[in-house]
Amino acid sequence: MKHLISMRDLNADKILQFLALAESLEKNPKQIDLSRRVMAAVFYEASTRTRMSFESAMKRLGGEVIAMVGTSGTSVEKGETLADTARVMARYSDIIVIRHPMEGAARYVSEQVDIPVVNAGDGANQHPTQSLLDLYSILKAQGSLEGLKLALVGDLKYGRTVHSLAYALAPFNPEFYFVSPKSLSMPPHILNDLTKMKVKFNEKTTLGNIVGDVDILYVTRIQRERFPDREEYEKVKNAYIITAELLHKAKPNMKVMHPLPRVNEISTDVDSTKYAYYFDQAENGVYMRQAILATLLGEAS
Amino acid sequence: MKMMKVDAIRNGTVIDHIPAGRVQRVIGILKPRATDIVMMGMNFPSKAMKKKDMIKIEGRELTQIEVNSIALIAPEAKVSIIRDTKVFQKSVVEIPEIIEDLVSCPNPRCISNAEPMKTRFKLVDKSGPNLACQYCERVYSAHEMTHI
Repeated sequence: MKHLISMRDLNADKILQFLALAESLEKNPKQIDLSRRVMAAVFYEASTRTRMSFESAMKRLGGEVIAMVGTSGTSVEKGETLADTARVMARYSDIIVIRHPMEGAARYVSEQVDIPVVNAGDGANQHPTQSLLDLYSILKAQGSLEGLKLALVGDLKYGRTVHSLAYALAPFNPEFYFVSPKSLSMPPHILNDLTKMKVKFNEKTTLGNIVGDVDILYVTRIQRERFPDREEYEKVKNAYIITAELLHKAKPNMKVMHPLPRVNEISTDVDSTKYAYYFDQAENGVYMRQAILATLLGEAS
Repeated sequence: MKMMKVDAIRNGTVIDHIPAGRVQRVIGILKPRATDIVMMGMNFPSKAMKKKDMIKIEGRELTQIEVNSIALIAPEAKVSIIRDTKVFQKSVVEIPEIIEDLVSCPNPRCISNAEPMKTRFKLVDKSGPNLACQYCERVYSAHEMTHI
């Protein structure tokens, strides 16, 4: 495997290999040495978490990082094509990690260069490293990926993270609750795909009694800018807030996840409960990205 | 209804059963050379299609790849290679598994609409036909697409 562009390119075996390596690296990071290797972080859009998580992963394995963050003041502003930028970055580095607002940008870059390319988000399309770290977090929190009940809550229409997660879990016999306002529900083409894959799901507009029934409560932010009508936003904005009180009925093994940053959708009183898992999830991202970098650089046995 | 006669060709290609009204789009894709002699027929009566269009090209045998390139807009077209006024070979068009640089992606957020690059689609459903963009991964009906 040369590049990591889309979850669609990964079968269950490959996913399990990444999960096993992330687990092994968390226990023993010294098994991989990426010293003298250079990662180019090519970020056409601002991102703190994904970029710093990648930088941390690379540096903790002994590697070096060079970065382009935003296009202001760069050759891109002067009119350089994406292909040319990528070809130059490939001469400076051993692996490219790219985030770009246009869908398919990472795939295109992977066709232009001879070194491995990792997609760190291409518009509303794919964010495979987030999907893999989510799977790793679910595996760590529950001990298995098989047969879990999950509620995905919030903006399910535009949320790339929840789309990828639904596909990534599909081979593991999950049961989903999709909880969102009607205007932000899971897109029909994704529901069709899940039906074809025989994945069980229920669509809901309120949390109701779901909290007591699930193993994972995966919460995403509802962005005000998604609503054409301010009034409609005001109506739904507080309908999906997770509080410590709401979690009283939760199963003992239940965990709350969130790709972060959160605004107010998870109340801070949840942080000190045994259900909070979102900060562990962020840490797991470093181990998963170490596994991805090591694998694509040919250093994983 | 009395059939109209169109000159037969000696050597070349006949494309029959083009849906009525699409002959000019087919010509646009085939891009005849300046030396090709081309006859275009529109709205011929047809039992199966009610009305159909037709193209005859004298002096040029289209390759299967060229023929397949029209499959998205004329999926039922029948192609005959003519040698010495006789039908030498008959074939139907078939949409290729990979369609490269023939149609553009309808997704305005797709990188293929922003960079100077070739488009690439994979055939995911012959009946639509529906094509998946190999860059943005969206699936579209061929009828929503414009030819490059």
